[in-house]
Amino acid sequence: MKRWRNFMNLETKYLGLTLKNPLVPSASPLSSEVSNVKKMEDAGASAVVLYSLFEEQIIHENRALDHFLTTTGESYAEALSYFPEPEEYHNLEADDYLEHIARLKQEVEIPVIASLNGVSKGGWMSYAKRMEEAGADALELNIYYIAASPDMTSETVEKMYLENLKTVKRSVNIPVSIKLGPYFSAFANMATKLEMAGADGLVLFNRFYQPDIDLETLDVTPGLELSHSFEKRLPLRWIAILRPHLGCSLAATTGVHTSEDVVKMLLVGADVVMMTSLLLQKGIGTIRILIEGLQEWMDEKGYESVGQMQGAMSSASVAEPAAFERANYLKILQSYRRDKFI
Amino acid sequence: MKKKPETITTDANEAVAMVAHSLNEVIAIYPITPASPMGEWADAWTMSGRKNIWGSVPEVIEMQSEGGAAGTVHGSLQTGALTTTFTASQGLLLMMPNLFKIAGELNSTVIHVAARSIATHALSIFGDHSDVMAMRMTGMGLLGSANVQESMDLALISHAASLESRIPFIHFFDGFRTSHEIQKIEVVTEDQMRAMIDDELVIAHRKRALSSDHPFIRGTAQNPDVFFQSREAANLFYQKCPAIVQEAMNRFAQLTGRSYNLFDYYGVEDADRVIVIMGSGADTVHETVDALNNEGEKTGVVKVRLYRPFDTKAFLKALPESVKSIAVLDRTKEPGATGEPLYTDVVTALREKKMFSNGSDQNFPSVIGGRYGLSSKEFTPSMVRTVFSELKKKEQKNHFTLGIHDDVTHTSLSYENKPVRPDGNLFEGVFFGLGSDGTVSANKNSIKIIGEQTDYHVQGYFVYDSKKSGAITTSHLRFGSKPIRSPYLIEKADFVACHQSAFLNRYDMLKYARNGSVFLLNTPWPKEEIWQNLPENVQKELIEKEIRLYCIDAGRVARESGVGDRINTVMQACFFAISEILEKDKAIGFIKQAIDNTYGKKGRTVREANHRAVDLALENLFEIDPKSFAKDDTSNKAMRRTVSEEAPEFVQKVIAEIIAGQGDELPVSAFPADGTFPSGTAMWEKRNISQQIPVLDPDVCIQCSKCVMVCPHSVIRVKAFDESYLEAAPAAFKFMDAKGREWPDKTKISIQVSPEDCTGCELCVEVCPAKNRQEVGRKALNMDWTEPLMEQEKENWNFFLDLPEYDRTALKTNTVKGSQYLQPLFEFSGACAGCGETPYIKLVTQLFGERMIVANATGCSSIYGGNLPTTPWTKNAEGLGPAWSNSLFEDNAEFGLGFRITIDKQNEQALQLLKRMNGSIPEELSTAILNSDQSDEAGIFEQRERVRKLKEYLERNESKESRMLLSLADYLVRKSVWIIGGDGWAYDIGYGGLDHVLASGRDVNILVLDTEVYSNTGGQRSKATPLGAIAKFAAGGKESPKKDLGMLAVSGGEAYVARIAMGADDTQAIRAIIEAEKYPGPSIIIAYSHCIAHGYDMKYGLNQQKLAVTSGYWPLFRFNPMLASEGKNPFQLDSKAPKIPFKEYANNEMRYLMLNKSNPKAAKSLMDQAQAHVNKQWRHYEEMEKLYEP
Repeated sequence: MKRWRNFMNLETKYLGLTLKNPLVPSASPLSSEVSNVKKMEDAGASAVVLYSLFEEQIIHENRALDHFLTTTGESYAEALSYFPEPEEYHNLEADDYLEHIARLKQEVEIPVIASLNGVSKGGWMSYAKRMEEAGADALELNIYYIAASPDMTSETVEKMYLENLKTVKRSVNIPVSIKLGPYFSAFANMATKLEMAGADGLVLFNRFYQPDIDLETLDVTPGLELSHSFEKRLPLRWIAILRPHLGCSLAATTGVHTSEDVVKMLLVGADVVMMTSLLLQKGIGTIRILIEGLQEWMDEKGYESVGQMQGAMSSASVAEPAAFERANYLKILQSYRRDKFI
Repeated sequence: MKKKPETITTDANEAVAMVAHSLNEVIAIYPITPASPMGEWADAWTMSGRKNIWGSVPEVIEMQSEGGAAGTVHGSLQTGALTTTFTASQGLLLMMPNLFKIAGELNSTVIHVAARSIATHALSIFGDHSDVMAMRMTGMGLLGSANVQESMDLALISHAASLESRIPFIHFFDGFRTSHEIQKIEVVTEDQMRAMIDDELVIAHRKRALSSDHPFIRGTAQNPDVFFQSREAANLFYQKCPAIVQEAMNRFAQLTGRSYNLFDYYGVEDADRVIVIMGSGADTVHETVDALNNEGEKTGVVKVRLYRPFDTKAFLKALPESVKSIAVLDRTKEPGATGEPLYTDVVTALREKKMFSNGSDQNFPSVIGGRYGLSSKEFTPSMVRTVFSELKKKEQKNHFTLGIHDDVTHTSLSYENKPVRPDGNLFEGVFFGLGSDGTVSANKNSIKIIGEQTDYHVQGYFVYDSKKSGAITTSHLRFGSKPIRSPYLIEKADFVACHQSAFLNRYDMLKYARNGSVFLLNTPWPKEEIWQNLPENVQKELIEKEIRLYCIDAGRVARESGVGDRINTVMQACFFAISEILEKDKAIGFIKQAIDNTYGKKGRTVREANHRAVDLALENLFEIDPKSFAKDDTSNKAMRRTVSEEAPEFVQKVIAEIIAGQGDELPVSAFPADGTFPSGTAMWEKRNISQQIPVLDPDVCIQCSKCVMVCPHSVIRVKAFDESYLEAAPAAFKFMDAKGREWPDKTKISIQVSPEDCTGCELCVEVCPAKNRQEVGRKALNMDWTEPLMEQEKENWNFFLDLPEYDRTALKTNTVKGSQYLQPLFEFSGACAGCGETPYIKLVTQLFGERMIVANATGCSSIYGGNLPTTPWTKNAEGLGPAWSNSLFEDNAEFGLGFRITIDKQNEQALQLLKRMNGSIPEELSTAILNSDQSDEAGIFEQRERVRKLKEYLERNESKESRMLLSLADYLVRKSVWIIGGDGWAYDIGYGGLDHVLASGRDVNILVLDTEVYSNTGGQRSKATPLGAIAKFAAGGKESPKKDLGMLAVSGGEAYVARIAMGADDTQAIRAIIEAEKYPGPSIIIAYSHCIAHGYDMKYGLNQQKLAVTSGYWPLFRFNPMLASEGKNPFQLDSKAPKIPFKEYANNEMRYLMLNKSNPKAAKSLMDQAQAHVNKQWRHYEEMEKLYEP
């Protein structure tokens, strides 16, 4: 075990929860296995966000089940049905997910944050409530929405986010964060509205899976691309911008691959730093390496607590706040040109 | 106050299974219509842990055949377990050898039988007593029930009586009419069962068991000295049996208040005429006796309950002294007998009475016998009245038939059909729907609501289609304050519902409507256009009968509610709203409650959508007043012709009538006496069932022919022709320049769809590899709405059919592309839309149809291949085509082997005769025939030409030898014998025979259409069912891997074996089929056949086939023993090592996914095992390939 020169307090507060450090695995299939969550805890994760429960998928699966069980039956005299019908079904209403929360609460000490992606008002309310009842310490609303309709105005989209948030806030007593994408024409304003609507935290940002094209078959192919370190710059900028304006928690997610990434996120004001791609690529144990890297850096720079770091380089704290804003764009272009062509 | 008995609304299969499951320890089953649901219920209850009255969960085991089930029952009984089974028809026949044993050894047991016709000139799944009657000699007791209530009651009585008497029983009730009829009945409770069954008798049964702790032997072989005496030794048991049954009936009456006798008489005490009958027909007679006696007549009915052992005294006692004439009605036929069985028993009983009482002929009643109701033929009050009228006559017709018009041997009693309303307060409703729209489910639900929420008596009976796509259902519902004893279809209704407006110009639904009744129509037409869209006869009937017309666009309401295409809930809500059987609000509450019961366990989404459907239905229902239209304001729209005027006479006169639902009206003379029917009739039955059809974009098409190959209904076809033919082409006819060097100059290609035969499955669109470069979402084939295209495409199709077939000797028939220019001789079957079996059959007919003889095992393929009215098996312009026959389920391999042996024998005799006739036939011709090489298409074509010439010579020659050779000459052309069936046959019931045929060395080709379940009877597991999939009788997921039939066949070493999957490798499939046919010994091809029993949209069937192969689950291979003699490896693995995990394939199908929903733990464990098995299997195959390397 490494010995640090200074005592370091890694504690942070997120959604009102006191966490032993700011490293939190974000929502991913990894958390569907209890053993993985245990490994996360062992590696030092201070909390875990569970994989998302997609209401739409539940609806789709239930409809498909009903469809294939019923539409072929009662049609031909010799075969009035084609499947044995079980006396009861499991997991039609996310029972597995809820049982998983309850089981994790028994198996691990770290806070468990449930993640919900709803599509209906009823769904948002009932699943949020049941997640709370199952023992979730907090709830992350994962709004995964592409405003593809030309008739959909930005105002309507924003209203929908706020309504969903309010609906959930009204149904539960545990803290609620909201994870969303960056595609808002006035994101800072949107973030403020979310806080006013009751968000206990914002998780920045959701990475949408972007489709690709298979040139051989000319098919559109959904593909999973894991994040890269450079992608952290989007949340980095926005956390830096928002930190001085918001009182709620801020979680940085997307592109966190190294302890340097963690440090940077904390410096701009993140309360916690979340990661998945790294864990998928290099294993859950890398959380420990990140923590050690963070400690090393703090030690080197003489930071005694994460609290000291948080927001030290937010737009309110840096000498040139505009660097996080539009000027930043020009600077990048110039530097790019210099590096490559000069 | 006496407690009101608990009632349930159910059918006899469920009611009987409830008793059987409660009173047995072991249940050995095998699916057969219409008894399958009893086994399914028993299996489901055992799976859910339901216990028998002794607190133990009965063991349910599915066997490989009814013969197997009977053997297991026998063994189980011999070792002391209370054991039962359920069966019908051929299944009962297969059990027969064991039934003699079971009875001969006095084993207490009850077998429950949903009585069904035995296959004779044709198979029939419907009800009569021919199966039960065939068991008379076995020594089994025969106890018959007439309705659902009696079925449950007598099930218990027979169990009790069997334990006491030691006589094993067949308890039977009429297949479909009772097994599937829903009635409200008083339930037999567990307490009543306990009270009826004496545990001491159970212990006695156990004590008689084989046991090494008190050993003895049973089942000896006996010689002439003692067999006879031993056989007579059991007489006492039979003598005591009737009294024991009666005593059990008496005890039952005390417990339940429902009283039965061995023979129950019903009618006036001084009846002069009596009908003797058993089964559901007894209720029709009962009801008619009431009506006649009310009219002042003196009639009665003797309902036979205990038919064997026949208690003559009890029978005579049941007959009123006053009776002057008796008619005995049998629901069976015993050709060549002095009379049908019940009739001869009654005659004997009466004769014996006369003998024993020294009676004279004076006052001795006259007795006549008749047949009725074969294969569920309707048996109505009008027919009963006719019989009673006949009994009044001085000269009575004996050995009559009822319900048909026999214009050949004139056996039939003619009758005037006068629909009656059995009870003034009775409500009668008839509902027409499509199988897939949920009409039957909705009506079953309505009956349950009314049965359970009111004091009404209820009855529901459902008529299904024998087509598996676009199937039409008719629901017959009765509700009333008095018990309903009307086991026949509704003839006039208070409520007629048409759930699909397309039926309007096909069926005369309003012939069922009473004056002043209601007609509910589901139609997408706007309100103001509805009247004008109705056919003229419908408009007239609406006005003349003063029918109230209600309409709704249920399809739209269903879609808006989120229930998809299922209009069941919508139509159900409308029915309750209009019929006012229940107070509207109450009814709606009950419907929603029923929805919660039905869909509650399927999650909130489905439940809420159905609730919405109910609310929206009521908002969207509206009435149209036919009286507001003038009588002459009619549409001039006529009903559609059933078949084209160009159809042959037999099709016009017979087939068309059956298609139109008028089959009951056809006389005996219309039918062949031996079950022979013409082939090529499906082409006349234009079913028009798809709203969308594929439309070709010739600019995008690459002429690969894949669409043609996969079309399950031979609806999409390709032809190549010289451009000169285009002169007469319709303006909209599509064609392309032929691509490829194989075609002569100026060859054009057309790919054409038959719009009236398409089922809209979309397999062709899915398989089409050609994408539109400008708009890649579109392909060379795209689905489009049928209606605007119909007339144009009909014209195109007719023009296309008239184009000549391409010279088959000039085609590369071993390629996908080339083979599809061959004419399919299997077309427009009634198989499911997207069927995975029929593309293989069609392909085989393209390749060999002209000289093909098919033995077809019973199952899906025999139904879509041979169920009337029409057959898809057809012939070409020269009149050549497959000859087809279905023998049984279990014997198909042997049946086909018989074909081969005959063909070889006849060929041998023809060759001998030809040699012998040397001199009278030009030597050049006979030598060419004798030395012919028929190894390819050209050789066969040439031989056929030679034989044609030979026949010309023979026809001119009157010698005996010449005539004999003429009768055999066709056998000089090579014939192709195909033995076709599903996995239920090949893996289970017919495996013994199949195994033997594979070892016979004879040149037969076996095609196994492997759907991995018993598809035709509703998805029961077979030994082909894969590990991890659920199926009926494997509701917890199948725990053992699929039997590797291919490798078993390979292990014999002498058969050609191939495993194919058209969707994964169509070229390999064609090669395998051609090689198999060419192979001079037995061949077997196991073909992956996707099926609706797999639970996904069939349009993805080929994709799933591909994934099955890519995952390594379904390795493709060919094993050709001929190659070994050429020094090559006979075992060729045709697919590559697994590339994707098994679950990536499996999880697209509900048969695998459902276990996740019912038992996720088991699902995961089985999925892991399945993957391990796939891995192991692949290693094994790779080893096999190495092993066979020369």
